[in-house]
Amino acid sequence: MNFAFMKTRHGKAITYAVLAVILALLPWMLTGGFENGKSWVRAVDFALLYIMLALGLNIVVGYAGLLDLGYIAFYAVGAYVYALLNSPHLAAILPAWLIGPNFIVMLVVAAVFAGMFGVMLGTPVLKLRGDYLAIVTLGFGEIIRIFLNNLDRPVNITNGPQGINNIDKVHFLDIDFGRPMEWLGLTFDMVHLYYYLILAFCIFIIFVTLRLQHSRIGRAWVALREDEIAANAMGINIRNVKLLAFAMGASFGGVSGALFASFQGFVSPESFVLMESIMVLCMVVLGGMGHIPGVILGAIIVSITPEILRDVINPLQEGIFGRRVVDPENLRMLIFGLAMIIIMLLRPEGLWPSKRRAREFHEHDEEAQA
Amino acid sequence: MVDIFIQQLLNGLIVGSIYALIALGYTMVYGIMQLINFAHGEIVMIGAMVTITCINVLLDAGVQLPGPLLLLAGLAMAIPVSMLLGFTIERVAYRPLRRAPRLAPLITAIGVSIVLQQAAMLIWGRNYRPFPSILPTEVHDFFGAAITDLQIAIIILAFVLMGGLFFLIEKTRLGRAMRATSQNPDVAGLMGVNINTVISMTFVIGSALGAVAGVMVAANYDQAHAYMGFMIGLKAFTAAVLGGIGNLWGAVIGGILLGIIESLGAGYLGDLTGGFLGSHYKDIFAFVVLIAVLIFRPSGLMGERVAERA
Repeated sequence: MNFAFMKTRHGKAITYAVLAVILALLPWMLTGGFENGKSWVRAVDFALLYIMLALGLNIVVGYAGLLDLGYIAFYAVGAYVYALLNSPHLAAILPAWLIGPNFIVMLVVAAVFAGMFGVMLGTPVLKLRGDYLAIVTLGFGEIIRIFLNNLDRPVNITNGPQGINNIDKVHFLDIDFGRPMEWLGLTFDMVHLYYYLILAFCIFIIFVTLRLQHSRIGRAWVALREDEIAANAMGINIRNVKLLAFAMGASFGGVSGALFASFQGFVSPESFVLMESIMVLCMVVLGGMGHIPGVILGAIIVSITPEILRDVINPLQEGIFGRRVVDPENLRMLIFGLAMIIIMLLRPEGLWPSKRRAREFHEHDEEAQA
Repeated sequence: MVDIFIQQLLNGLIVGSIYALIALGYTMVYGIMQLINFAHGEIVMIGAMVTITCINVLLDAGVQLPGPLLLLAGLAMAIPVSMLLGFTIERVAYRPLRRAPRLAPLITAIGVSIVLQQAAMLIWGRNYRPFPSILPTEVHDFFGAAITDLQIAIIILAFVLMGGLFFLIEKTRLGRAMRATSQNPDVAGLMGVNINTVISMTFVIGSALGAVAGVMVAANYDQAHAYMGFMIGLKAFTAAVLGGIGNLWGAVIGGILLGIIESLGAGYLGDLTGGFLGSHYKDIFAFVVLIAVLIFRPSGLMGERVAERA
């Protein structure tokens, strides 16, 4: 296929217009085209949440080159902040003005909280790099989860393993996102409404990361990734830039987590296990570290695959063996584990890398051939 | 009061000597390749699972043997399986990436770990596997603390294995080759050391120790499951970092120290914080120790290397 026409001004405009139309119609195509269309829209909603997460992690891992294995902790922080302030759980303890605040305020609070946790993680690990950093961040993620699991006594804050239920849906611009709405003769269900809400935030985050990429900060991150000492010599304040990467990545996770909590209606520590962190990392790595379209592609592949597997593998197994032999969840993780190994061995730059990154990874090949 | 303290100390020593065995696997690999073998915890798990399966098969077949012999038969199966696994992992996932950027082998390591874990779940299921009750459960009195035959055996076997490893590293040709490779692989290669063999052997030996440790864990806690590798691996890694990664003595000391810290911490945390934090925070100690060590003394208690390179 020839992508050259997309680079021209008209081409670009046309591409974006087509993309916009597809995105706007996607939930209707799914509900119209499939029998269980609503569950597909739901899957797409989750995919969008994962795109936000992957883009947040991409700042830390892809731009700044800091391998973070506990990223899901920030998602958890965002989700719990939202859950606590929008559910009856703490309503008796907290002052009334704190419960169920304005949605936008709420998201900002979640983002700021998650960002603070990002700095909290970032400060002690400033001097660590590579595998040590990976292990410490992994430990951090687990600590957060263990606390969420156990902070139901002596004072019940997180309600322990049961998690928090009855989280309010978003109310925004006089729209109640929890109820079906009639508009233009169409019935907008909750999954549809949330699709547009999450999509809006997703586009916002894509826009921010795109603008960050070539900004002063973005370039500082890349310099940091390539050579910390050289970057320092060029006058980059390593400490601030690193902390900013952690905080920025974390706040994206926090926003995504808050949306997740309101969409799902309940949160529990089980949603924030290490495997989730690894899944998000897998999205970034598979797609192409540091390349936004690649990361988005990775997030879509990784989050939609299990849905497809569920729809394909289960009937297939029942057809062949007469019963379910392999749990699709199990199979999915197996496939991702293998994919991580194979991608690293054969195509370490990812499926859709930036040109620069691809060249970096293959400079040795050329040397070897020459 | 005092006997509780001795009991906690003793429990710490038992768990700690198991951590030490696993930590040796991490530290050997790290010493030679500067790589954290994330999959090591999974090898420990598979060692435990294979042994349990093997013992159960023998029991089902109606074999009448004393418990310890059955256990040995299980180990005789598990150790080669783990060795083979360690060898294969290095060959497939790490060797092709030896000269790649540091992030690459780390990600394959995570991938291998996931694959092993999920494969174990496919084979053995999601549930806890009880360790067959074939071992004597007699309890001895040790200065007011209780200890079983099994626990005595664990401590003794752990130290015998460590002694064997030290002998191997310090006194044999292979050990000399390993030490040379860890100092400088390129020069060692020029001196006629076959680096690939040495690295393979490092993984094989570490995996064998890991398999034994896995069986110890399963026997000590009376159970094993497909997820156990992650936590135990992480703790053993912490032990290795605590002692100074790449340093064999460090791994032993770090392992025992971590076991004791964890045991005493879990025992007294509730009293210390007035009941605010209880023993269910036990798993946090490893992480807190890890983070504290990396901040205040990244080279560990006995380490030479500083963790600042990428």
